[in-house]
Amino acid sequence: MIRVRRSAVIDAPIERVWAVLRDFNSHSAWHPAVGPSVIERGEPADQVGCVREFALKDGNHIREQLLTLSDRDHVSTYCILDATLPMRNYVATVQLKRVTDGDRTFWHWESTFDVPRGREREFEQLVGGEVYEAGFAGLAAYLRRDGHPSPRLGAGAARTGDSRAADPQAVVATAFGGPEVLELRRLDARPPQRGEVRLRQTAIGVNYIDVYIRRGDYRMIEPPAPLGMEAAGVVLESEAPGFAPGDRVAYAAPPPGAYATVRTLPAGQLVPLPDHVSEEAAAALMLKGMTAEYLLHRAHRVRPGDTVLVHAAAGGVGLLLCQWARALGARVIGTVSSEAKAELARANGCEHPIVTRTYAFAERTRQLTGGRGADVIYDGLGREAAAENLAALARLGHWVSYGHATGPLDPVSLTEKSGAFSQPVLFHYTGEFLPQMAGRVFAALRDGILQPHVRHRYPLAAAADAHRDLEARRTTGQVVLLA
Amino acid sequence: MIKVYTSSVIDAPAEAVWAQVRDFNGLPRWTPFVAESRIEEGQPADRIGCVRNFRLRDGGVIRERLLTLSDYDYQCTYSILESPMGVENYVATLKLTPVTDGGRTFAEWWAEFDCAPEREAALAEQIGQGVFQAAFDALKKVVAR
Repeated sequence: MIRVRRSAVIDAPIERVWAVLRDFNSHSAWHPAVGPSVIERGEPADQVGCVREFALKDGNHIREQLLTLSDRDHVSTYCILDATLPMRNYVATVQLKRVTDGDRTFWHWESTFDVPRGREREFEQLVGGEVYEAGFAGLAAYLRRDGHPSPRLGAGAARTGDSRAADPQAVVATAFGGPEVLELRRLDARPPQRGEVRLRQTAIGVNYIDVYIRRGDYRMIEPPAPLGMEAAGVVLESEAPGFAPGDRVAYAAPPPGAYATVRTLPAGQLVPLPDHVSEEAAAALMLKGMTAEYLLHRAHRVRPGDTVLVHAAAGGVGLLLCQWARALGARVIGTVSSEAKAELARANGCEHPIVTRTYAFAERTRQLTGGRGADVIYDGLGREAAAENLAALARLGHWVSYGHATGPLDPVSLTEKSGAFSQPVLFHYTGEFLPQMAGRVFAALRDGILQPHVRHRYPLAAAADAHRDLEARRTTGQVVLLA
Repeated sequence: MIKVYTSSVIDAPAEAVWAQVRDFNGLPRWTPFVAESRIEEGQPADRIGCVRNFRLRDGGVIRERLLTLSDYDYQCTYSILESPMGVENYVATLKLTPVTDGGRTFAEWWAEFDCAPEREAALAEQIGQGVFQAAFDALKKVVAR
């Protein structure tokens, strides 16, 4: 058992310090090591028993539960439920006391926990230094710059307007090529002009389109230029009506450039985040969630009883398609590349995962449907799977091609199925229906229909690793960079 | 019952501050208002139950009994047996806590007592500022030497 104790004196009255600390979800606003944080199930942040789920800037992920909260004694106790760090039995107490001599605040922070033998010293220093001492300095700075913690900042995961990275950075493709062309560089965002806002980005979504662009398959950048189509964060400066510093927002839109700590964008591309949506969840869901939204509700309207074929069913879009199609009453068949991914897809609403690494799925699809085939095929595979898709399609079915991981499709004839074929593009839909699409995604998130699986988090600087893992099919669910 | 609470930050490690204040017979050494002190019946000054009998510079005599003493928590508690202050059921605690940031000490001193209602405000001020804060200020100078 390790015991870590740290204490400091904060040059502010105890009421001000406590107003921040009693909010179990305030830490992302003031702690320099804490990334996006959300209270699960939308509970209030002073509800004893509530659980906060948050990312550390180093990529680790932690769920903590509030055990005690006393406004009389200025005490908060909490424990770790799950962490990607090897810490067990972690219970921590924060206690404030009034320093009557000068109206300051004494802050004592203490915990006990277990770690693997031999790593005690490392964790004593990690928790004592990078968590507690860094927290003291972070909160002191937060109080100094903010004047007073506004209710908005106290209540949510927002950051203050001027927490902008002192050294703005972006991951840039220095040339077209493999992951090795990605480089972290200093890159500022210009001040916003009329109709624009400047954001401090905290979570950035990684998508397969980023790989296409990096390779030069899609000529959407001229290197050197930053990649990335979606992110979430906090407004730093606004020249647009309806957006103010401190607002939490997200976007998914071209042109590339989201792999950055700060960015200036047209306000029309932004969606305000409801309190129940964390910045990480937004980064995971904006592009992929809205893709699922328009595929299931707009490009094709899935009806109860439809048979839906989802390729890459354990992937970022695939899992969301499975979850949502199932909730709509469809029967979901999916293709995956491994047994483990089949399990994951099954747990997310895919009734019949087909394991294949060679894109052979038509025969099994016909078997599962009594020879009829799938009413709608959501195809992100492209060329290699074209013949199988045609064979797996039901008569009068709809083949929706929204990606081509294996190469562009050659022209197809669907006469033999009287089938429909479409090649929808997300950004054409968001150009028309952005608020409605994002609204439906956030509602589905709130209702538990969509459940993001953010299992792969990387610091922004490690974007190349994220690309390697994505291309090697080592990831499942959504991939997020934390800035 | 009223409660008086005073706290301060002393720019010295808690062990050094505790070395001064743990001596229940040591008030003349670090407070500005105690002229002389003795422990009754020749008992050790860290024996629980011992009574210190001290004379203030203004002539008043106070007798206090040591109720708790903890070298682990850097804390002691005592009660007043006799004093010219006109207080009843007076129990006070002095506690030190290390401030790891800067190797300093967070010092707390609080008391609970009964008194005539019209004297509450004046006594709270006298004890909180005139005694506890004045003693802390003196302590800061002693440990800074």
